[in-house]
Amino acid sequence: MIPGSFEYHHPGSLDEAIALLSSLGDDAKVLSGGQSLIPMMKLRLAEPAHLIDINGLTDLEYIKESDGYLTIGALTREADLDRSDVIGKKYAVIHDTAHVIADPQVRNLATIGGNLAHGDPANDHPATMLALRAEVVATGPNGPRTIPIDDFFIGPLTTALAPNEILTELRIPAPTQGSGGAYLKLERKVGDFAIAGVAAVVTLDGSGNCTLAGIGLTNVGPTPLRATAAEKFLLGKPLSDDNIAEGGRMAGEASQPTSDHRGSAEYKRAMVKEMTIRALKKAKARAEGEQ
Amino acid sequence: MAKQTVTLKVNGADHTAEIDQRLLLVHFIRENLALTGTHIGCDTTHCGACTVILDGKAVKSCTVFTVQADGKEILTIEGMTTNGKLHPLQEGFMEEHGLQCGFCTPGMIMSSYALLQENKNPTEEEIRWGISGNLCRCTGYMNIVKAVQYAAQKG
Ligand SMILES: Cc1cc2nc3c(=O)[nH]c(=O)nc-3n(C[C@H](O)[C@H](O)[C@H](O)COP(=O)(O)OP(=O)(O)OC[C@H]3O[C@@H](n4cnc5c(N)ncnc54)[C@H](O)[C@@H]3O)c2cc1C
Ligand code: FES
Ligand code: FES
Repeated sequence: MIPGSFEYHHPGSLDEAIALLSSLGDDAKVLSGGQSLIPMMKLRLAEPAHLIDINGLTDLEYIKESDGYLTIGALTREADLDRSDVIGKKYAVIHDTAHVIADPQVRNLATIGGNLAHGDPANDHPATMLALRAEVVATGPNGPRTIPIDDFFIGPLTTALAPNEILTELRIPAPTQGSGGAYLKLERKVGDFAIAGVAAVVTLDGSGNCTLAGIGLTNVGPTPLRATAAEKFLLGKPLSDDNIAEGGRMAGEASQPTSDHRGSAEYKRAMVKEMTIRALKKAKARAEGEQ
Repeated sequence: MAKQTVTLKVNGADHTAEIDQRLLLVHFIRENLALTGTHIGCDTTHCGACTVILDGKAVKSCTVFTVQADGKEILTIEGMTTNGKLHPLQEGFMEEHGLQCGFCTPGMIMSSYALLQENKNPTEEEIRWGISGNLCRCTGYMNIVKAVQYAAQKG
């Protein structure tokens, strides 16, 4: 399959990339890993007149800890997240997520920025970033601005990014003592998009009560979803089996799946419930120090 | 139609060509360079038959534009043999019957090559994970795993 014709740009700096986006407007698309965009172009679901390849902006590839945040450059590849020590040790939920995205070849190119900017509810990072209450940094002609993750996903394949903005960084608040998280994904085969996925993050105080809960859901709605009621329910309570079960039930109710080749809406809702329970249990065990 | 002159180092030799900017890497390899060992199976980024090594990393060449590889190094199945001597992976696939129709084999070998570069002594589980982006419709994977183990042992 041959994509439509386009003009290829390979800017050497972020400013140059933003200037190109500003002057070319809606006719241009940013190319990161290309692992969503190129398949869409081959199917002619996307036919941009201009491609702005930002892979030359290697200073957007980093994983850093500073000022109470984990910051991840938008061009960081899934394979690098999968391999990172910091992520593996302190942000197991991100490691879980990157590890199950697509397959080794795709992970070598696919970027975390592209995964979020694509705005696809089937992608795995959005749920995890919702659970972690991440911030998205978007840089445009007037410099960077920070978008809370709750304001980022607007509709199917639609985000809060302006056409002349580039997603440059993810900012994740560093976990306090007693925090843990897990991402669970139900898939038909390795490398497939999720039938449903659940990211759970919790913080427990000294007596085991939940002081922070984050639950994000993959591929069970028009956008990635936050299970707000379940999060609220868990706050201030111990993560007993009963409370976790109730949280799972509420997350299932919060999901908005549709029936398709991956299963019926009813089945998916039941899976969200069960996987939320399992993800919360795993998050709790990790918060208590288990790896 | 937007054209561009690119230079890619493929299997150790520089190739310069004027190409359409929309030319996919797999088409450049197969049609411009006539290196037809790299296959096109699904053409939708699933099967891995088109896998090549781009600057040390396994990628699906049906999902990379040639212009993105300008100035970079590529290794294809044709570059695996040195002075007529088969690479241990090629030998492994032969010795362990790691192929039947052979369509997936070049991609399987390139993914396994990337795996062994990173992990000289993979477990069976790690081998299966390493080739999880490659589909084989014939073998049932058992002998592919053995072929990779053969190559790992030969070092
Ligand atoms: C076979 C296969 C299986 C897959 N399975 C999964 C899976 O299980 N889970 C999953 O989450 N994903 C999966 N993916 C998608 C993959 O992870 C994508 O690569 C990812 O969603 C997009 O990242 P990218 O860097 O490739 O972005 P690109 O394809 O380059 O871009 C995607 C979109 O985002 C825009 N964009 C990219 N970067 C930026 C930026 N920095 N700023 C602004 N806009 C930007 C582009 O213009 C484009 O519209 C799969 C892909 C394939 C081919
Ligand atoms: S032809 Fe490229 S992945 Fe199938
Ligand atoms: S040997 Fe036939 S597809 Fe693998």
